[in-house]
Amino acid sequence: MPTNPAVIAALEQQFPNAAKSEYRGDTRIVIARESAPAAMRWLKDLQEFDLLIDITCVDYLNYREEKPDRFGLVYLLANTQNNDRLQVRVFLGEVDPRIPSVVPLWEGANWFEREVYDMFGIVFEGHPDLRRILMPEESTAYPLRKDYPLQGRGERHNFPVLTRAKS
Amino acid sequence: MPLIPATSEAADAAAGQDYLWTLNFGPQHPATHTTLRIVLKLDGERVVDAVPDIGFLHSGFEKIGEHLDYNQYVTVTDRMNYISPMANNVAWHHAVEKLLGIELTHRCQYIRVIISELARISDHLLSTGAMGLDTGAFTFFLYAFYQRELCYDIFESMCGARFTNSYTRVGGLMHDITPVSIEKIRKFVREFPKTLDEMERLLNRNRIFVDRTKGVGILSKEQAINRSVTGPIARASGVTRDLRKDEPYLKYRDFDFQVCCMKSGDTFARYLVRMAEMRESLKILTQAVENIPAGPVNIAINERASLPDKSQVYQTIEGTITHFELIMTNRGIEVPNEEAYGATETANGELGFYLVGDETRTAYRARCRPPSFIHFALFPYLIKGHTLSDVVAVLGSLNIIAAELDR
Amino acid sequence: MAVDLPENVVISKLDELANWCRKNSLWPMPFATACCGIELMATGASRHDLARFGAEVFRFSPRQCDLMIVAGRVVMKMLPVLQRIWQQMHEPKWCISMGACASTGGVFDTYSVVQGIDRFIPVDMYVPGCPPRPEQLIQAIMDLQDRIQLEGTIRGEEFQLQGRNATKRALVELPILGQAPTWGPRFAEPSSNPK
Repeated sequence: MPTNPAVIAALEQQFPNAAKSEYRGDTRIVIARESAPAAMRWLKDLQEFDLLIDITCVDYLNYREEKPDRFGLVYLLANTQNNDRLQVRVFLGEVDPRIPSVVPLWEGANWFEREVYDMFGIVFEGHPDLRRILMPEESTAYPLRKDYPLQGRGERHNFPVLTRAKS
Repeated sequence: MPLIPATSEAADAAAGQDYLWTLNFGPQHPATHTTLRIVLKLDGERVVDAVPDIGFLHSGFEKIGEHLDYNQYVTVTDRMNYISPMANNVAWHHAVEKLLGIELTHRCQYIRVIISELARISDHLLSTGAMGLDTGAFTFFLYAFYQRELCYDIFESMCGARFTNSYTRVGGLMHDITPVSIEKIRKFVREFPKTLDEMERLLNRNRIFVDRTKGVGILSKEQAINRSVTGPIARASGVTRDLRKDEPYLKYRDFDFQVCCMKSGDTFARYLVRMAEMRESLKILTQAVENIPAGPVNIAINERASLPDKSQVYQTIEGTITHFELIMTNRGIEVPNEEAYGATETANGELGFYLVGDETRTAYRARCRPPSFIHFALFPYLIKGHTLSDVVAVLGSLNIIAAELDR
Repeated sequence: MAVDLPENVVISKLDELANWCRKNSLWPMPFATACCGIELMATGASRHDLARFGAEVFRFSPRQCDLMIVAGRVVMKMLPVLQRIWQQMHEPKWCISMGACASTGGVFDTYSVVQGIDRFIPVDMYVPGCPPRPEQLIQAIMDLQDRIQLEGTIRGEEFQLQGRNATKRALVELPILGQAPTWGPRFAEPSSNPK
C-alpha cells in the first residue's frame, strides 16, 4: 500500500538527506544509526505508526550491489488508522554492531530484538532481557550470518548415544 | 538445558520470595501445542511469573531459504504453520510475486482465495478443537477433526496431498482445479454449517467452558497494538485490522464478508471470534466457488515465470523458450536486486515474508514474520495472576504453532 | 519380565500369551513435535482410529507407556529431552520413528536438526513419509505387533536379536568438519538477465 503523500512529505522535511525510495508500493527510508532512536520516536509519536510489524536484519556480505555496511537492520512499521506502511533501514558495521533498543516505544520489539541478536549478533542497548531465544543458551555462533555454513559446525550431533543395553 | 533462565532467578532471590515454587511446563506435555516450554513460578495455584523458553523446533528455515529456489521453498513454507499449509503457500508466493512484479490470472486468484479460506477454516477448527480438548471437551475435538478430514479430502482431490501440499507456484498453481474438487467444495459448504451449529451448541453456553474462559487472559486494545498482535487475537480485543479488507490482495475486493471483532479481549472472546470467522469464510467460499472465471490458471508464457504445459513446449516457440529459460541452471526467473515485503491475512494473523532478491534463482534472504512468535511473547503478560488451570486455556486461545514460533 | 531359566527349558505357550498381551495393548507415548504430530492426532481421531489396535490411551507420561512414537523433527535443543524421556520409560519399550524428519532429518539438513534420531535412540520401526498417511502409521504399528509376537519376551530376547545392535550404516559417519556433503556451487552468473 503506498504511503500517504502527507507522510512522505513530512519524512522529506524531517530527514532531508536520508535516502528514500519506493518499490512496488513500499516506501523505504534509510536512517543513520545515530539518529535512529530519535527518528523512531518521531515516527511513533508524531506520525502515528503505532504497529510494529517486524524487526529483521539482512547480512549483505555476499550481495551483488555495494551496500553502505554489512548488516542492514530493517524495521517494518504500520499505521492502524490509515493502513500506511513504512520500511526503515539502519546499516550497522560488522565490528561492533550496536543500536539502542526500541522496546520502550513498542513492547512487541522485545522478542524481535532477541531473535536478531540470536541470529546475527547485533546488540541492542537498553533491552530488558537480551539473551538467546531460538538457539540453545550455550551456543556461540550466529547462524544466519553468511559465514556460518548451512549444516553447521558439528553442534547438531554432539550428544551421547543411547543403546538398548544402556537405556 | 538450564533449568531456569538466568535472569528470573536473580530477580527472585532479590525479592526474597522463596515460598514461590517453580513448575516446568516442559517441552513435552499433553497440551497439543508441541515443544514449547514455560517455566512457571507459582504461589500455590496462582501464577506469579511465566518465563517462556522456545527454540525446541528451530530448524533453520530462514537459512534454507537462501539455498532453495522460489518454487522449492514453498515446500518448506508448508511446514511452518502446519495446520493451514495452503495459506502459507499463498503467502509465500504473494511475497515472491510482489518482488517480481507478476500479476496473476483471475482464475488463479479465485482459486487461491478458495484455498486460503479452506485453510483458515481448517486452522480455526483445530485451534478451537485443541482449546476444547485442553479444557476437557473431547467430543468437540473429535467433531472438529472429522470436519478437518473433509477438508483434507478436498485438498487431496486438488493436489494429491492431505496436508503439506505445496500447491502454489510462481505465477500460478501446480495444476488447475477439477470439477471433482469443485463438487466436493460445494458439498462441504452445504453441510458444514450444520456441524458448526452442533459444535456451538456444545460449548458456547456450556457452564464449565464459559467459566473457565470468561475473564481469563484479558488483552486490551492499546496493549494489543503495542505488542504487535494481529489476527483473531487482536480482533477479539477491538483492533479492527484485517488485511483482507484494509489492503485487499487477490480477489478479496469482490466478495461480501464481514470482519469479526469483539471488545472484551478475553479467552472466550477469542474462541467466539474464531467460530464467527469460520462462518464468514463459508460465505466467501460460497461466493467464490460459484463464480470461478474460466481461463488459464498460470500466467502467460511470455512472462517467463511459470512452467508451460508440455503441449505448449513442443508446439510453440514461446513455450520452448520459457521452458529453456526456467529449467537451465544458469538461467532462471529474472529477479531484481531489490527487497520487498508481502503480507497476507492467515488464520493466525499477519503472515508476511520479507524477501531480498539478488539476481539468482534463490532468495538472498527469506524472512518469515511469524504471528505465533509474537503471540507467544504475549503469554507472560496475559497469565499473570491467573491460576494453573488457566494456563492451558490461555495457551489454547493463542493458537501457538511451534513450527511457526521457532522456524 | 526376564526370568532366569536353564538353557534346555522352553516356555513357548507362555511366551506367546505374554507377547499377545503386550502387542495388543501398546500404549503409545506421542512425542509429537511438528507436522507429523498432526497426522498422529488424525490417526487417533475418529476416521482412522488407533484405538482399534489397542492403543486406546495416549498417555503423556513416560512411566505409563511402552511405545514411543517420535513424530516430527528433533532439534539439538530437544534431543536431551528425548533421551531423558526414553530413559524414563520402563522396559519393555519400543520406538517408532514417524516421518522423514525423525528417521533421517528429512527436508532439513541444517545446523540444528538431528539427522535421524536413530543416531541417539534405539529405533524399531521407521515410517517414511512427509507426513506419512495415517494408514502408513497403522501399518507400522501392525508390523511392530507382528514383530513383538515373534520375539520372546520372558527371557528378554527381543533385546538380543541378532543384528539389532549391529552398527547401522548411518551411524558410521565421517566427522562433519571437513568431510560433510557440501552444497554445490551457487548458480553461475545468469547470463540472460539484463543488468
